[in-house]
Amino acid sequence: MKTETSAVNIDRSKGDFFYPEAHVRDAGIGLSEKTVHYIADVKEDPDWVREYRLRGLKTFLEKPLPTHWASKDLEAIDFNKIRYYLSPGTEPKRSWEEVPDDIKRTFERLGIPEQERKFLAGVEAQFDSEAVYSNIKKAVGEQGVIFVGSREGLKNYPEIFRKWFGKVIPIADNKFSALNSAVFSGGSFIYVPPGVKVKHPLQAYFRINAENFGQFERTLIIADEGSEVTYMEGCTAPKFNTPTLHSAVVELIALKGAKIQYITVQNWASNVFNLVTKRGLAQENAEVKWIDCNIGSRLTMKYPSVIMKGRKARGEVLSIALANDGQHQDTGAKMIHAADETTSNIVSKSISIGKGRATYRGLVHVPKHLKHCKNNTECDALLINATSRTDTYPAITVRGTGNAVQHEASVSQVSAEQIFYMQQRGLTEAQAMSLSVNGFVNDLVRQFPMEYSVELKRLIELEMEGSVG
Amino acid sequence: MSVVTYQQQAAPILSGPTELREFPDWFHDQQREAWQQFEELPTPTRKDQAWRFANVALLNLAPFKISAPLSEDDRKNVLKYSRGLDQYAGRMIFANAQLIQRDVVSEDLKRRGVIFQPLERAIVEHADLFRKYFMSTEATLGSAKFAALHKALVSSGTFLFVPRGVEIEQPIEIFHWLRHDNMSIFPHLLLVTDELAKVTIIEHFRSCNRTAPGFACGVNDLIAGPGAKVTYVCAQEWASNVIALQMNSTTVDHDASAMSLNLHLGSRYSRFESLSRLIGEGGRSDLLAVAVAKHQQEFDARTLQDHISPHTASDLLYKNALDDRARTIFGGLIRVEPHAHFTDAYQKVRNLLLSDDAEANSMPGLEILADNVRCTHGATSGQIEEDQLFYLRSRGIPTKVAQRLLVTGFLDEVIQRLNHPAIGDHLHRLIEEKFAA
Repeated sequence: MKTETSAVNIDRSKGDFFYPEAHVRDAGIGLSEKTVHYIADVKEDPDWVREYRLRGLKTFLEKPLPTHWASKDLEAIDFNKIRYYLSPGTEPKRSWEEVPDDIKRTFERLGIPEQERKFLAGVEAQFDSEAVYSNIKKAVGEQGVIFVGSREGLKNYPEIFRKWFGKVIPIADNKFSALNSAVFSGGSFIYVPPGVKVKHPLQAYFRINAENFGQFERTLIIADEGSEVTYMEGCTAPKFNTPTLHSAVVELIALKGAKIQYITVQNWASNVFNLVTKRGLAQENAEVKWIDCNIGSRLTMKYPSVIMKGRKARGEVLSIALANDGQHQDTGAKMIHAADETTSNIVSKSISIGKGRATYRGLVHVPKHLKHCKNNTECDALLINATSRTDTYPAITVRGTGNAVQHEASVSQVSAEQIFYMQQRGLTEAQAMSLSVNGFVNDLVRQFPMEYSVELKRLIELEMEGSVG
Repeated sequence: MSVVTYQQQAAPILSGPTELREFPDWFHDQQREAWQQFEELPTPTRKDQAWRFANVALLNLAPFKISAPLSEDDRKNVLKYSRGLDQYAGRMIFANAQLIQRDVVSEDLKRRGVIFQPLERAIVEHADLFRKYFMSTEATLGSAKFAALHKALVSSGTFLFVPRGVEIEQPIEIFHWLRHDNMSIFPHLLLVTDELAKVTIIEHFRSCNRTAPGFACGVNDLIAGPGAKVTYVCAQEWASNVIALQMNSTTVDHDASAMSLNLHLGSRYSRFESLSRLIGEGGRSDLLAVAVAKHQQEFDARTLQDHISPHTASDLLYKNALDDRARTIFGGLIRVEPHAHFTDAYQKVRNLLLSDDAEANSMPGLEILADNVRCTHGATSGQIEEDQLFYLRSRGIPTKVAQRLLVTGFLDEVIQRLNHPAIGDHLHRLIEEKFAA
């Protein structure tokens, strides 16, 4: 019997299934003011949120696609053929037993087995637009930690929600953050009170189940002074015949001395457009760390950012991208230094297989009159096949003296000697290649929580299948 | 004729090409066509990736006029100050886009087939060779519009052809001078080397008046034939109000090697595009640059190391020292085309910030479409190490001098790579002068 060793057991074949849709609410196909009003009605949004959505729509329609620097493939998205809101019309469930059987089966196949609940502090799973299951361990709740869906957060904690919502990522940040602002639904809202250190990671799952569907979750995490929290999200979608769109907005706020660690493992099907805006704000002495693993999707554009606003704030992005045939992983990081003695670190590793294309796009900004800011950026790319492609496009601005910024990138392939050595020890070429690739990402993967690193290695092995020989 | 009258008569460059110069019809046609292109192409904005971070507002061409001849006194003065290297194999001096002196290459080299002519003569006497290579590489690094402007308005320049196996020992020297306010020049250099030829060229860009505004828009095409060895050095010392654009393209054939070093000292805004195309196996290209930016100067360097053929190598090293409110931009790309396996490419940019208002922008890029390659790049920005400064001061060297020593030391690595003592000494002198000013 196969034993489950990890909390999140997702692989392509397991994610590649779907259940008959039984949506009670459906905003129809296409995007107009009507769609926005419909979503606002269903969600019983307060007026300010409705207005916010309408402003989002206006900005979205005004802004051109960023194809002057980004992939022309964005033009393949037909915004009029997307369904912007679907929900089973049920309230988020409180206990595992209450989750409908078919959805439970989905999650079980995704590898969130029931027993894992014992380990996880809380699970929030999003099936299309709405959170269908949420459970937060009593202990965490007693500490005063709020971990709910964004809709519930808005309803029950308006004073915290409204204060921070849209403050890190304004509507007009980019075309897709504007789109999300117009039609967002689902996502997590987390508040960690001062001094509380959440021991177990909080988890969420996002899954697209309907064809032509766009998923637009909105996550807002606020870590109050001196608190610590780790959040993990996993994303999957089955393969449909037409492209699907995932466009999330994630805002993190780490107040004085707080620490937020945000971990993403995405394994989208190869026709998902994954266009996500993620940004964290770090106040004095605070730390925001993004750990980002991008596997699957047709085009991923995601550049987790940290604005280091307080003295001695720290920002970090560790990312692994794997681009297979027909995939373009356009990922990177942005580090905005806005106070003295802020430090940031970016480590990016990418692997291109077959005709896959992995791109690193980064921005490091150290403005005037700051002292003792440091940034370190390392990008390593590995090319597996002769047709694989990798790009690196960093942009680094440094003003004034007293700061140190360095960027380094290298591109290589698996050394023939290594493969030969392993082959003469009895491994097949494919096994040897897979082992080499795992070695390439190993120093980064080791920094991940254990269950994610195991899972990631398995995912990489899966992607490597058939790429050699 | 007084100079004032002449300046009043000068036509603005934006009125287009004139047909006063005696060029063959095909050349005039080409100029008219290029002018049309110039007018059609959009003006760059900061939103264009190729112009990111650049202060495009400085590119207002309206004040600039088509240059015309110098007075006899000016001519004498320009000749007097056209001092560069002590020894040269040939020399051309241009002022306000006109050739005012040519020191021809030796009889021996001439006999062996070396052609060293101003552009207007080469167009007529070596039409076939000239037409084959003249602006044959498109300006792809952002300045297509300005390359068209150059093509439309170029009226003189240098044509150098080095035949098979000929090695020119001493460097070829070229001077370009700007005289009077708001004049424009379009320096052109076309260098074609045949198999196994060897040549070194140094271009000096200078202004007669240290503050006169002006506009320079130059194009260089360097063709390194199979096994040829080409060294190109540019010493840019424009006046502090000059707007300068330079588009360099180098084509490196199999087993050839090309080395270029650009020294940027002058101008208000200077953009330098360097395209290096490696089209044959065993080709190697070295791209070097040193910039000393002060006051409000902005140096905008864009490069492309384009590996088209397998088994090619390129190595880029750009160093900037920035003081006052100066800005530098480095936008570089290593591109390995599909099937260009066994590419070995390197790219490094280092910024030394000497003031709190200076700004260094670096965009070192990679586009790799083949897997069997070794490509690395790096970018650093920092300041003078306190320890080093302390060491020198503890040896009794005043802070100012110590700083200057450390900056020159920092820049020296690039000049050493040129491995040409005479040119190296000259460049060192120019850097010293800039620091002393």
